[in-house]
Amino acid sequence: MSYLPSPRGGDRRRTAGSHRASPAIVEADVALEAPPDAATAVIGAGRRTLAPFGRRLARVTANDGYGAYRLITLRDAAGPPDPRPGQFYMLATASGWGAEGGGRPYLPRAFSFCRVRSGGEPGQVTGTKPGETALDFLLEAIGPGTGRLARVAPDEEMWLTGPLGLGFSPPREGTRPVLVGGGIGVAPIVCLHDELAPSARVLLGFRSSAHADAVGLFGAGSLEPPRVATDDGSVGRHALVTELLREELDADPAATVYACGPPAMLEGVRAICAEREVSAELALEAGMACGFGACYGCVVPTRGGYVRLCVDGPVLAAAALETAAGPGAGH
Amino acid sequence: MSAPAPSGAPLELCGVELAGPVLNGSGTFDAIAARRTFGDALLEDFPFHAFVSKTITLAPRQGNAPPRLWEAPAGLINSIGLPNKGLEAFLREDLPELAELPVPLVVSVMGFSREELELLVSAAGARAEIAMIELNVSCPNVETGLVMGADPSETASAVERVRPVTDKPLIVKLTPNATDPRAVALAAEGAGADAVSLVNTLKGMALDPRTGCSWLGGGTGGVSGPAIRAVALEQVQAVSAAVGVPVVGMGGIENGRDAADFMLAGAACVAVGTESFRDPGAGRRVAAEVAAITAGAPEAAASTRAG
Repeated sequence: MSYLPSPRGGDRRRTAGSHRASPAIVEADVALEAPPDAATAVIGAGRRTLAPFGRRLARVTANDGYGAYRLITLRDAAGPPDPRPGQFYMLATASGWGAEGGGRPYLPRAFSFCRVRSGGEPGQVTGTKPGETALDFLLEAIGPGTGRLARVAPDEEMWLTGPLGLGFSPPREGTRPVLVGGGIGVAPIVCLHDELAPSARVLLGFRSSAHADAVGLFGAGSLEPPRVATDDGSVGRHALVTELLREELDADPAATVYACGPPAMLEGVRAICAEREVSAELALEAGMACGFGACYGCVVPTRGGYVRLCVDGPVLAAAALETAAGPGAGH
Repeated sequence: MSAPAPSGAPLELCGVELAGPVLNGSGTFDAIAARRTFGDALLEDFPFHAFVSKTITLAPRQGNAPPRLWEAPAGLINSIGLPNKGLEAFLREDLPELAELPVPLVVSVMGFSREELELLVSAAGARAEIAMIELNVSCPNVETGLVMGADPSETASAVERVRPVTDKPLIVKLTPNATDPRAVALAAEGAGADAVSLVNTLKGMALDPRTGCSWLGGGTGGVSGPAIRAVALEQVQAVSAAVGVPVVGMGGIENGRDAADFMLAGAACVAVGTESFRDPGAGRRVAAEVAAITAGAPEAAASTRAG
């Protein structure tokens, strides 16, 4: 099975997605944030919620199994209540970081937030007070960093920096949002869906039924439930999620597509949208050291040269990319 | 800017007044990107007593192909390749923004020939916003094929070439990948350097476990972080004992105790590098901790030798 190019593996963790709408992208150029046209001018300013300076401690209030994944909830008492869907945070445990063998993990790990909630409101989060922000992060244990994070205990303290990067922008006028998530990449799609429902259509792809349990993260806000495809056919359609996207766009091409998932899936989404001239935003991932533009380590190639995903992404306009599956993509 | 600097005892580095001894290592903190991320809170809590820019070259550079990072045991291997917008765009676009920082500005430059280096130092030296110039000599001289900073006579020739074109203090950033860093430091001092800083990263590499080929797009990279601290401390001690000019010590500094060690080894100032990747405010924390140690706070000075 193939999305289009040769797949580089299944689900990706560290779903730091980014988004950008400027046609000319030059590394470290602040002008990148300038919106390209009037349609996005109103939106552009709202893509980044500033982070408090420095890292801060946040307390774990829950760590629940979600099929193959863990859903970790943090009480972020000092953070902003309104991170933009697609923005991400750097996470590390306050203790035992570096104790997984081989002197790792050393660097914090980047995760798009999956959901944000406010304490003291309907559906409030256990362990939070009114006015406090609760953040949910979806992860899968695949290495020393995610392995340690998957074992955090309620009440444990974690280091948190964020929100970081640029989030998704609103759908183009006259289009319906089509949200495409693959594997762990469903994380930023969940909060985007929370914002855009009920008009959003949601298409999800997973490796197996254990991973497809993440469908449960999507609330009942949409007019239609998420459509699901699995690699093994155990849940939903035995297909790639890109096949569902083709059908969706065949039925009605007036769409703005948002996607996060493994590089091969994103490249499939990019190619399908490019072919049909459908506007799309892709939340990409790359290994990061800092998350705030310091190390220049997380670059991805765009039509305008390399951009740092952490400050000029992780959500990028699909039109800015020749491919979403370049070297360094994923992990 | 009247923003409070991080805690520390005021000092002079090459005649430039600093509110304390903590700098950043070049290329480990982008104040412009950080301001986009954190807003003006960055200026209010600025983490360093002087800010060192990422290395600027004469022509723009895209940098190395990704992947550029590999997590090492207690450290990081990077292969970034000095991406920068080039001297002209740096002076036009970035310098005005960096001049808004509440601390003195050090601009790091690298030339691939002595002529390039002279142009860079001359242009940077003409700008009042710049307090000091750091020479990154960890690159090959295309004329001789030798890494400037690995060889005492290459280093001396480079410093001699640029010394006459500016009155601003010149800091030579030493590479640990030299047979005798002490001899290189002495050569830099003899040629007119006002200070030396060390260490740059140690050369290293990692293999992709799936292919057995080099993971980094650039083939090899530089190792930083606590993994190299013991090596850095020895080199800082050896160089400090040899030269009369001030030494800026760095290499895996994570906290005030580490910084105090580098100063006991002879460093006049210290720089925080990779730790800022884990904690954007690390410089400020290190400054507060080293100030407490210097002031003789007993708990801060407690030995960490016990196992």
